[in-house]
Amino acid sequence: MIRRIGLILFLLLLLIVPLLPSYYLTMGSYIGLYSMVAIGLVLLTGVTGLTSFGQAAFMGLGAYTSAVLTTQLAWSPWLTLLVALALTMLVAFILGAITLRMGGHYLPLATIAWGISLYFLFGTIPLLGGSTGISDVQALNLFGLELRDERLFYYLIWAVCLVALWISTNLLDSREGRAIRALKGGVTMVEAFGASGLRLKNIVFIYSAVLACLAGWLYAHMQRFVNPSPFGLNQGIELLFMIIIGGPFSFWGAISGAAVITLLKTFLQGILPKLIGQSGNFEIIVFGIIIVAVLQWMRGGIWTLVERLLPPKENRPVTDSSDLEMRTQPRHGTLLLKVDDMSKAYGGLMAVKNMSFEVSSGEIVGLIGPNGAGKSTMFNLISGEIPRSGGSVQFESHIISGLHPSQIARLGLSRTFQHVRLIPGMTTLENVMIGAYLRTHDGIFQAGLRMNKAADERVRAEAAHQLRRVGLEESMFLPAGSLPLGKQRIVEIARALCADPLLLLLDEPAAGLRHLEKKELAVLLSDLRSSGLSVLIVEHDMEFLMNLVDRFVVMEFGEKLAEGLPHEIRSNPAVLEAYLGGV
Amino acid sequence: MDLSTILILSQDAFTSGAIYALLSLALILVFGVTRVVFIPQGEFVSYGALTLASLQLGVVPGTVWLLLILACLAAIMETVRLLLSGAVRKLPRSLAVILGPPLMIAVLVKVCAPMHLALGWQILLTMLLVMPMGPLIYRVAFRPLADASALVLLIAAVAVHFVLVGLGLLFFGAEGVRTPPFSDAQLTLAGLNISGQSLWVYASSFVFIGLLAWFFSKTLYGKALRAVAFNRNGARLVGISPDQAGTLSFALASIIGCLSGVLIGPITTIYYDSGFLIGLKGFVGAIFGGMASYPLAAAGAMMVGFSESFSSFWLSGYKDVVVFTMIIPVLLWRSLSTIHYEEEE
Amino acid sequence: MMAERLLSVRDLHVSYGKVEALYGTSLNVDRGTIVSVIGPNGAGKSTLLNALMGVLPSRGTVEFCGNDMGGVSIESRVAKGLCLVPETRELFAQMTVEDNLELGAFTRYRRGDKNIRKTLEMVYSLFTRLEQRRTQFAGSLSGGERQMLALGRALMSQPTLLMLDEPSLGLAPLIVKEILHTISDLRSTGVSILLIEQNARAALQISDYGYVLENGEIALEGLSSQLANNPRVIESYLGIGGGEGS
Repeated sequence: MIRRIGLILFLLLLLIVPLLPSYYLTMGSYIGLYSMVAIGLVLLTGVTGLTSFGQAAFMGLGAYTSAVLTTQLAWSPWLTLLVALALTMLVAFILGAITLRMGGHYLPLATIAWGISLYFLFGTIPLLGGSTGISDVQALNLFGLELRDERLFYYLIWAVCLVALWISTNLLDSREGRAIRALKGGVTMVEAFGASGLRLKNIVFIYSAVLACLAGWLYAHMQRFVNPSPFGLNQGIELLFMIIIGGPFSFWGAISGAAVITLLKTFLQGILPKLIGQSGNFEIIVFGIIIVAVLQWMRGGIWTLVERLLPPKENRPVTDSSDLEMRTQPRHGTLLLKVDDMSKAYGGLMAVKNMSFEVSSGEIVGLIGPNGAGKSTMFNLISGEIPRSGGSVQFESHIISGLHPSQIARLGLSRTFQHVRLIPGMTTLENVMIGAYLRTHDGIFQAGLRMNKAADERVRAEAAHQLRRVGLEESMFLPAGSLPLGKQRIVEIARALCADPLLLLLDEPAAGLRHLEKKELAVLLSDLRSSGLSVLIVEHDMEFLMNLVDRFVVMEFGEKLAEGLPHEIRSNPAVLEAYLGGV
Repeated sequence: MDLSTILILSQDAFTSGAIYALLSLALILVFGVTRVVFIPQGEFVSYGALTLASLQLGVVPGTVWLLLILACLAAIMETVRLLLSGAVRKLPRSLAVILGPPLMIAVLVKVCAPMHLALGWQILLTMLLVMPMGPLIYRVAFRPLADASALVLLIAAVAVHFVLVGLGLLFFGAEGVRTPPFSDAQLTLAGLNISGQSLWVYASSFVFIGLLAWFFSKTLYGKALRAVAFNRNGARLVGISPDQAGTLSFALASIIGCLSGVLIGPITTIYYDSGFLIGLKGFVGAIFGGMASYPLAAAGAMMVGFSESFSSFWLSGYKDVVVFTMIIPVLLWRSLSTIHYEEEE
Repeated sequence: MMAERLLSVRDLHVSYGKVEALYGTSLNVDRGTIVSVIGPNGAGKSTLLNALMGVLPSRGTVEFCGNDMGGVSIESRVAKGLCLVPETRELFAQMTVEDNLELGAFTRYRRGDKNIRKTLEMVYSLFTRLEQRRTQFAGSLSGGERQMLALGRALMSQPTLLMLDEPSLGLAPLIVKEILHTISDLRSTGVSILLIEQNARAALQISDYGYVLENGEIALEGLSSQLANNPRVIESYLGIGGGEGS
C-alpha cells in the first residue's frame, strides 16, 4: 500500500514539475534522459555484474546519427531513430562479443577506449561539425504535433523513461530475467539449466546501449543541436556514478541517482568556482570523493535507505495447477547413461583415469570413494562442465561428451552443485523457477511487454509444486540465502526437479543435513525412483547411501576400485582398505 | 615516405613506447597484487612533470598540498578506525607513521623550492613528493575495499581518477608546461639526429625495467609481491601481508608514474589532465599482456608507440582514435587466445 | 610431569552465515606432541584449522604460547610460530620449488634471521626429491611432490605448531607412508603438530593424543593408542557398521 502511494506521489511530482519555472523543467528533462541511461546501467552493473563507462558514447551515437541524417539528408527523425538503434546494437554486439568471454574488467576497459575514440571522432570529422557541432537539428513531429515546446518534450521524455522502466522491470521478472539475475554468481549454474551465459550478457549489454542511444536521440531533438562534449568519457563516468550513488541494484536507485547527480552538479558548478576563485569543473573532485565513500560505507546507494523504510513487497499467491508438458521417462531398466573409458588429466595429474560405468533407468547409483578420489571431477565430466581428456559419455542414444552443459541439460540431465549455487537475494521460489528455463520459450520481447504472463504463471506453479514435493513450501517466499545450508541443498534438488529431468545428478546432497533431515531426503529420493526417475549420487555419508542406492561405484585415485550391490561393497576388502588405510 | 622519415618516426615511437612500457608494468603489478585496475596511474605522470616544472621556476609545487591533503585524509580515517576498534593506544604511533614522512617531505620541498637546485636534485625532490601518494591513495581509497569485487575496485579507481584530475587543476591550473631537456646534446648516427632527451628516456627505461626484473626475480620482497599476485591465500599463509604488498605495489606505481612524467616532460607539453591519456596507452599495452605478462605488455606498449607515431604522420587528427581503437583487435586476439574461464565472486 | 601447554582452544564457534559449523569445540596441544583430529567428512575438521589460523572468523578463545589470538591477523600468527598446510596446499604454482621454499621463510627474513639457508638445506635433506627439482615450477610437480613442497615450505618458517590438513589426500599408498613417516620424525626436531586425517588408523598410529570430531563437536578424546582400539572410532569415521572394525 505504502509502495503504491509512493508511486503515485512520484507520478504527481513528475506532473507538477512543468508548472514550475523553466529552469526546473530543463532539470526535469535532463533527469529523465539520464534516468533512462541509468536504468540500463543498473541492469548491466547491479544486476549482471558487468559495467560500462561508454554509455555517454552510445548516447552520442544516437544523437549524432540522427543529427547528421536529419540535417544532411533531411530524413525523418523517426527513420533515423531506427538507423541509430541498429548502429548502436551493432557496435554493442561487437564490443560485447569481443570482451564478454574474458574477465569482468575487459568490458569496462574496452568501453573507456571506445568512449574516447568516439569522442575524438565527433570532434575531428568535418562532416560531424568538429568541435562546434551540428545545429538546426529537426524538431520531432508526433502525430502532426511539432514538439518545439519544452513542456511537451518533457512529457515525451518521461513517457519514454517510464515505459523503459516498465519494460525493464518486466524483463527481470521473466525466464530470461531470472537467468540474467543469476549471472553475477558465474555462468555455470544457468548453463547447467540450458541458458547461455554469454548470450544473456550480450543481450543485457545491447539493451543498456539501446536505452542510452534512445536518450541520445531524444537529447538531439530536444536541444536541436549536438556537439561532442556531452558525450565524452567524463559524462560516461558520471552516468555510472549516478547508479552508484542512487543504488545499483534497483531501477528506482537509478532514477534517484540521476536526480541527485544532476542537481548536485548544477549546484556545485554554481558554487565551487566562486569558492575557489578559479573556473573549472571542480565538481568532479566532490563526485569522486562521494563515490569512494559510498563504495566504502553504503554499497547499496541511497535507495537502500529508502527501501529500509518501505514495507516488504507483498507476495503474489501461487496458482495450484501446473500443466507444463512433461517428458515420458524411459522404460524401467533401459540403459540411460554409459560412461566409457573417461579420463581427465590436470597437467601431469590424472584426476580421472579410464572410468567406465552405467546407469539404467529407474536406478539410484552411488558414486563413492575417499576424499580426492576424483568423484566430483567425474561428475563434472558427465555434466560437461569441464572438458575431458579422453573417453566418451552416452546419454540415451546421444553422445554427450564434448557437448556444452546447456546442450546436455536440454537432453534431460539435471544436477545439483557441491558448493551450493543459489542466488541468495532471490526468493526460494524464483531460484527453483530457474530450473524450468527450458520448459517455456518466451523471449526478451515477450517478457518486456508482459506477454509471457500465462507461461510464467505455469512455471511458478510448477516451482511451487517441486518445493512442496521436497518439503520446503513454507520457505517459498524467503530469500534463498536466509535458509540453512542443508536446506539450500534441498532447494537445489527442487530446482533440478523443476527441469523435468530423466537423470538427476546429485553432488553431496546430504552434507550439512541433520539425522532426521537425511532420513526425509532418503524417502524423497526413493519416491523419485518409484516415479521412474534415475539418480546418480556422489556422497560421503555411507550410512545414508547404504539403504538407499541400488548399486555402488567406488573410486580411488581417479580409477574404479569396485562396483556392485551395497552388501558386496560393504564387505569388499579393497574398499575397506581404501577408507581405513594404515601405515 | 622516405627512410629518414621512417627513422625519425621510429625514434619517436621508441621514446613514447618506452614510457608506455614502464606504465604498463606498473599497471600489471598493481592489478596483480591488489586486483585494482589502476586508472589514475597517468595522474602520477602529470604530477611528476608539473612538479618538476614548478621546482624549476623556484615555486613550491601544488603537489605539496596534495600530499598533505592525502596524508590528513589517511590520518582521519585511521583515527576513526582505531577509535571504533577501541585501540586508542596505537593512535600516536599510527599517526606519526602516516603524517610524519609527508610532513617532513613537504617542509623539505618548501625550503628547497626557491633555491633553484641542480636538475638532479630537483628530480629527486619531485620523486620524494610524488612517491608517497601511491601508498596513501591505496590506504585511503582501496584498502578499506579489500574484500570488494574487481568491478567495485575499478569504479573506485575511476572515482580516484576524477579526484586527482580535479585536484591537479586546482593546484596547477590549466596551463601546460614543458620542462627543459636533461641534456642538449644531439647525437648524429648514420645521418639521423638523436636528441639527448631520447637517449635519456631509452637509458632510464632500460635501467629501470632491468631493476624491476632484478627486484622481482632475485629479492625476496619482489618474489613476495609476485606470490601475492599468483596466490593471495598462499601468500597470507607464509606470512606475507596483502596490505603491505599492496602498499609496496602502489609505491612502485607512483615511482614509475613520476619517473615517466619527468622523462616525458621535455618531449611534450603536459597539462594537469594529460597523464590520463598517457596512462591509458599504457593500459593498451597491459591488456596486450593479458594484465599478467610483463614482457608481452612491454611489447604491446612498444606497438602502441609505433602506431601512435606513424598514425600521427598519416592521420594526424586521428592519432588517438587509432591508438584507442587498436584496443579492439588486441582484445579480440586476447579473447581468442584466452581459455574461457569462470569468474567466481 | 605436566607438559607445557602450547595451544589451548576453549569453546570455539564458527559459522558460515547462519549455519554453525563448529559449536563449542575445545582442545589442547602440548609442546613436543602430535595431536590428531579425526572424524567423518563434513564434521568441521578443516573449519577448525582454518579458524585456528585466522582464515575464518570465530568466537571463543584461542591461546597460543599463552597469548590470546583474538583479532590477530593470519600474517601475525605465522610470525608467532603458527603454520597451516591447508587441504588445497596453496603453493605458488608459477614459481620455482626453491622460490616457494624461500617464501616459506618470509617472516624470518623480515626479522633478519640469518639461518634461512641452513633450514633450506635441512628441508632438502628431508625431501631429496625437492632438491632435484629446485628450479622446476611448483605447478609441474606430481601430487606427492607437491605435498612435500607444502610441508617443506611450512617447515621453512620454523613453526612452533604445524597444522596439517589431510596430508595424505589423493596420494598413492606408498607416498602416504613416506609422508606420514616424515611427519612423525618431525617431532624430534621440536615441532608440535596438529594433524587432521581421514586416514584415521594412520593418524592414530603416529599421534600421541587424538580427538574425534563429529557434527561440529568433539565426540571422543583420548590417548591415540586407546582411541585406535575403540570400535566406535572406526564406526563413526567409516560409517560402514560391521566392517573389519568390529
